[in-house]
Order: sequence, then C-alpha cells, then structure tokens
Amino acid sequence: MNRPSLKMRTAVLAVLITVACSAAPAAAQDLAVRAGTLHTGAGEPIADGMVWIVDGVIRAVGPAESIALPDGVEVIEVPVATPGLIDARSTVGLSGAMNQPHDQDQLERSAPIQPELRAIDAYNPRERLVGWLREHGITTLHTGHGPGELISGQTLIAKTRGETVDEAVIVPSFGLSATLGPAATGHDRSTPGNRSKAVALLRAKLIEARGYAERQDAGRDLALEALVEVLDGARPLIVAADHHVDILAALRLADEFGVRLILASASDAHLVVDEIRAAGVPVLLHPTMIRAWGGSERANFSFTTARTLLDAGIPVALQSDFEGYVPKTRVVLFEAGLLLGYGLDVAEALALVTSAPAAILGIDDRVGTLEVGKDGDVALFDGNPFEYTTHVLGTVIEGVRVSDVRR
Amino acid sequence: MVRSFLPACGLALALCATPAAGELRAFVGATLYPVDAPAVEDGVLLVDGGEIRAVGARGQVRIPSRAEVVELPAGTVILPGLVDSHSHIGEVAGGDRSGPIQPEARAFDAVDVRSSGLRRALAGGITSVNVMPGSGHLISGQTLYMKLRAGTTIDDLAYRFDDGAPAGGLKMANGTNSMRDAPFPGTRAKSAALLRAAYIEAQAYAERRESDDPPDRDLGKDALAEVLSGRRMVHFHSHRHDDLMTAIRLRDEFGFRMVLHHTSEAWRVADEIAEADVPVSLILIDSPGGKLEALYLEARSAPALEQAGASVAFHTDDWITDSRYFLRMAAFGVRAGMTRETALRALTLAGAEMLDLDDRIGSLTPGKDADFVILSGDPFSVYTRVLETWVEGEKRFDLDDPDDRAIAEGGANALTPGDGAGHLHGAGPHADHGDLR
Repeated sequence: MNRPSLKMRTAVLAVLITVACSAAPAAAQDLAVRAGTLHTGAGEPIADGMVWIVDGVIRAVGPAESIALPDGVEVIEVPVATPGLIDARSTVGLSGAMNQPHDQDQLERSAPIQPELRAIDAYNPRERLVGWLREHGITTLHTGHGPGELISGQTLIAKTRGETVDEAVIVPSFGLSATLGPAATGHDRSTPGNRSKAVALLRAKLIEARGYAERQDAGRDLALEALVEVLDGARPLIVAADHHVDILAALRLADEFGVRLILASASDAHLVVDEIRAAGVPVLLHPTMIRAWGGSERANFSFTTARTLLDAGIPVALQSDFEGYVPKTRVVLFEAGLLLGYGLDVAEALALVTSAPAAILGIDDRVGTLEVGKDGDVALFDGNPFEYTTHVLGTVIEGVRVSDVRR
Repeated sequence: MVRSFLPACGLALALCATPAAGELRAFVGATLYPVDAPAVEDGVLLVDGGEIRAVGARGQVRIPSRAEVVELPAGTVILPGLVDSHSHIGEVAGGDRSGPIQPEARAFDAVDVRSSGLRRALAGGITSVNVMPGSGHLISGQTLYMKLRAGTTIDDLAYRFDDGAPAGGLKMANGTNSMRDAPFPGTRAKSAALLRAAYIEAQAYAERRESDDPPDRDLGKDALAEVLSGRRMVHFHSHRHDDLMTAIRLRDEFGFRMVLHHTSEAWRVADEIAEADVPVSLILIDSPGGKLEALYLEARSAPALEQAGASVAFHTDDWITDSRYFLRMAAFGVRAGMTRETALRALTLAGAEMLDLDDRIGSLTPGKDADFVILSGDPFSVYTRVLETWVEGEKRFDLDDPDDRAIAEGGANALTPGDGAGHLHGAGPHADHGDLR
C-alpha cells in the first residue's frame, strides 16, 4: 500500500552564526510551518502557505513565497496544517483514562450545588488523555467539573501542554458547570428528585446569591461568590441539557436571572431551534457519536443537528463531553470528521473545532484561527484533516513542537 | 441516486412477468469489491432472487433480457453485506446475576427483532450479526447468528445449524468484567480454575452421554459439549495480553474452536496469536482507557495482527460503537497501517469465517446469499454514505426512504425504547450515564 510520505524537513541553518549576525537571532520559539494546504480558518485555504511564529505569536501568515524568513528559522513542511484544534467542553484532566476513583475528579456527589469547586484544584496536565488529545491536534481544552449535578463546579481553559496547572491554564475559571435533566436527579439522594425540584433549587440559590451580593455585612461564602459572578455576567452558566424540556428550562432560567447562558450537549436542540436562536444562546453540541439508548433523554440525537444549528445561524461548537466507559474521551477531530457525511464541508467542520469554540469561550483574541498576533498553535496533517485515513503528524503550541507522534 | 428501470421486454411480456428462479436484477456501473477477488471497475452484480448469480465487468457478464437493470452512478461502490462479528443489538441478554457460568442461556430467547438496533445495523450496511450476551460472566450464554432479513420473529432471522437448531457460538470472557463478588471469581487464577472445572465436568458428561448409563439432561453441559465437539465456536472476550494467552491456554487444554474478541493488547502478542492460529474479532475505538484493561488499547493491533499473519475481523460491540458507522472502523485500521484489502476483508469475509458462515456470506461470489451494500463512494472516506442495504435479494435499507433516513441520521423517536441497552453487563440502564464513576 502507498502511505503518504512523511515530509518534515527541518531547515535549521547555521545555528552558530552568532556574533557577526546583525539581525536579531531566531529565538528558541521561532518556528515556521509550511503546508501544501494551509487552513487559516480566516478566509480561503492557502496553497503552499506558511505561518511564521515568533516568541509564540504568529508574526506572518500567507503564501510561502510572500514571507521572507530570517536565516535559522526552523521550518516544518507538511501537506496540510490547520489552527490548533479546540475541544469546546470536556472533563479530561479531571477525568482520567483509568476510570478508577482516584482519577475521577470531575464530579463531587456530596451536594447538588457546589459552585465553589474550582477546576484548577483538580486538573492534571500530565493525564495521559490530555496527551492523547494533544497528539490528535487539540491544543486548547475547555475542561472542568462535569455534568451530573445541578451545579457541579467551575471550568477552566488550558493549553494541552505543561507539567503544572499554571503552565497549562489560560483561563483559570471560565464558567459554572450546571446540569438539568435526569443526569442531575438520578442519584441516591432524596433531592432533587425530579425536574421541577431541580429548577426550584437552582432558582432559590440564585435568589440567595442576589441577596448576598446586596448585603454589605455578609461574611465570605465561596459558593455564593461564584454565583454572584454568574449573576454579574462575569462568567457564563454552562448548562448541560439534552431533553427539550430541560433546554427550555435553561432558557427560562437565563431569562429570569439575566445570566449569560451556554447550552451544552443539547441533543434535542434541533427540536427547539427557534427558541434557542431567539434567546441568542450558543451551543456546545454533543459529540456526533454520542451514545444514547432509546427512551433516554438523549434518544432524539441526530447526526444532522450541527447542520441544522448552522443553518439557523446559532453559534455552535463541538464538545467531547464526558464518557463514563470505553472510550474514556472522545476526540473532536473524529467527531467533526463524521459530519462531512452529513452536509458539512471542511471549512464548516473545522470552524466547529477552532474558530467557533474560540468565539463562544471568549478566547478568539488568542486562538481559533491562524492570524497575525494570535498564538502560534498549529495542527499538522498529511491530508484532509477529517478523513479517518489521514494522520496527524504533529502539534505546535505557541511555536513549540509539543507532539511529533504520528497518529 | 440509485436509478432503476425495467428493460423493454418487447413481445415477451409473459416471460418478463414470470421469472423462473426468482427476480433477476443487474446492478451495473459501480465499483465492486468482491473481497475474495480483485476489485472490478464499472461492474455488474447479477442477483437471482436471494442469490448472487454473477460478478464481473460490464460487457463480460451476460445480463439476461428479463433482468431488471439498476444503473448506478460512477463512483458508487458495492461491498458484500457487512458482517458484525460481535454486537449487542436487539437488547440481547444472556446469563443473570446468579452465577458466573451459564452456558444454558440463549441469546435466541432474548433478542427483540423489532428493536431499532437492527435497523441501525442495516443503515450501517450490516447484514449479518453475531448477537452476544455480555461479558459480565465467564460464560454468559449462547450467541446467535442473525441475518437481518425481513421478519417478525426471531425464528425468521436466526441462522440455523444443519439440524435446525438456532446457530451461534458460546460467549466466554476473562479479565475484570467477570470478576465480581462471590459466586463470581475474584481473581484471574480463580476465573481460569472455574472455567477448567466446568469443561472437565462437561467432558465427563459428554462421555457418559455416549455410554449405556446416560446422565440426566443438563442444558448447560449440552452447550459445553457442543463446544467440545466443535459444533459451537467459542467467542472469547479478552483484553490484556496475559488474558489473551490464558484464553489460548484454555483452548489448547480442551481443544475447542475459538475466536478472540476485542483484544485491546493484541499488538503486544500478535505473533503468539498468529502462531496459535487463533482468529481475532477486533474493536478499534477513539481513545484508550475507560477501564484498566483498555489502557493500552491501540489501533496498531490491526496492522500488527495482519503482519503477523492472523485473521482479523472488526466488530461494533454496539453500543460501544454504533452500527451505523461500522465502516469507519476499517478506516481506522487503514490509518494505523492495515492494508485496504485486509480492512475490507475484516468487515466481511473474515467475520463470516469466524461464524462458520463463509460458505453463504462475506463475499460477492456466485452462489452466495445476495447480501450487499451500495455506498456513495470510497468505503474508507468520511464523505461516503450507505445508500442501500440488500439482504437475500431484498432491499432492507434505502437512504431515499424517509423512515430509513430517520434511522440512519437520528432524530425524534428514531430509537425504540431500550435500543442500546444490550450492553449493560446486567448493571442496569443508568450504569454509565447516571453514575459517572
């Protein structure tokens, strides 16, 4: 069989030209990627394109012939390159591959509402699933406490690098993770035991937080502080809701309290498109290959929901979600790929895992497209990124080659 | 997409109306992958009732004038109906929580043929399925080989042994899934010891059955005796390299016929598996982990087994992976370095061999069942859709049919209640989703 040739010449020239060199020497993080097809995510793909990264930031991007690289800049040559991929919502790093109690920190079951739980206190940047995602071109990860309780805790946004949480994180606390529906009521405790009670508990807590914000003499309450930030609009409420009843309940809550809502999973979104659009709410859509059984709240999921939401003009990104068994995480590269059979083109599929999540997560000043001034995060491929027979050749984060595994 | 027209019959109307050996149909213009022969561009697949009559290039296959000719667009691909060598569709069940060894339990008695799971499989191009009870037992019961033909009862769909009994294998397992509180085993050594004891008893039972003093009938031992006689294949769930070798050791001790299933760590013992001449029904998934045994699950098992010379089939393990995108697993195999030819064989003929059904299915071969799938393009491309699935000459899935499309794409009420609940190892419907641990 013919394997695509792996062509990654590094042109490290005369690294030791130093003293006599008048131009600024290339720093360690100077790197250029030259791709037969460069998908920048901002405009049409560029044939024989190049992105030049200096000190972690994109200095230039365009046709290779238009960029005059200084001597000594390492050049990675690949058939195809894209912006580093973004997993719009995951629990990886809090949930680990072993699926044993000691590596599952994504859900604390002791109470239904615990907004004080911070993701930075549990995120493990050395978790092998983080590495697995990195090796598949994912450079930015929105992760944290998972679905399964009314408010399970906070989320963070990290680059898939680093040996400590501080080295990884770019947004230490992004949003609050909330859940409506059976996943939040199907536990052993007596309450909340159904949908009405769940919403009543949430409303009561938000009202309590509003009162807390107005009181001058209140002592510190970590849970209410976090909820006040949601009421202020400082952080979004990310509500995992699949059944249309739960999606509408989330919209109702957002309307009542004026909170910034992001819907997650939302497998019934195609049934309530008008309502979601009217509310101006973005959707972190369930993985295309979500697993649901007939009769469950996710049973109406469709491979065409992404297409439906895009057509409606609703901001939509793909999330890997939470997996409780084998496989322990989904890979948004593969989830987006499946959509090419269901009416999306490469640019649209790519947007679902790059520019769209960047915008929804408010980090589009840094990531999501290959544009001058943004982070030098690049995923490298030997063909159409979304074909299952294509390989990821490597991953670059802020100008550093963080993976050269062929996947 | 798929056009169909009857050729002009001229004056011989009576002949057209009464085909002698069933309906004749010629599917013309697609690329055919017979699997047991090289691919044919611009091919002709001639189907006579429920059987394949001829396979070849346009102009080389004589199309009888009474045949309905279905002209397919260029780029269309026809594969043999896919064979899923390990699935849990139809809300199948086997043994219960009463003990670790229950060979008497039959999948045949538990499959719901009206489940949308069967239609999902057809939407994925699957025409034959080994429906298995779960892996929460050392022996969880008898599997069922099922043909996805039209029917309203399990009797309509079951493959049969020559004596008319429902055909199937025996599901066995080792490793952690079957290790639980007593009376289940707590360790790997105990698991093997319990299995050995069961087969030693079955050997004695089978011997006494032939004597002047036959024992009372024991349904479980009957099934094990069928394994010992070679009539019934063992389908052995196993992940870790040492568990794979334990399964081979048991096979060697008792001389049964065996297929290894899942085999997360096959890449570590590929040469040993090939040396032992054990076929493998393999699953490839998107990421490692989810349980300790799957930590080192890697797609490189596919090329490793191929290069070692082992026979490899793929399976969905539905609902671990959805039958609707079974094709993508072969693409994963190719991604990892498997050849295209072996990957196609792993979706079809290899699985048929592991179910002892390769004389009837698994390739586009004259005389075999007319089970085939029409694809819009390359089998390994994400752009490709299953257009039609045919079983024994009957169209069982048509993407142009709104009901079928709803199954293929999902949406409101696409799934029947309980579809997907066959893979629960007896743990209850919220084992995975409700309890995130």
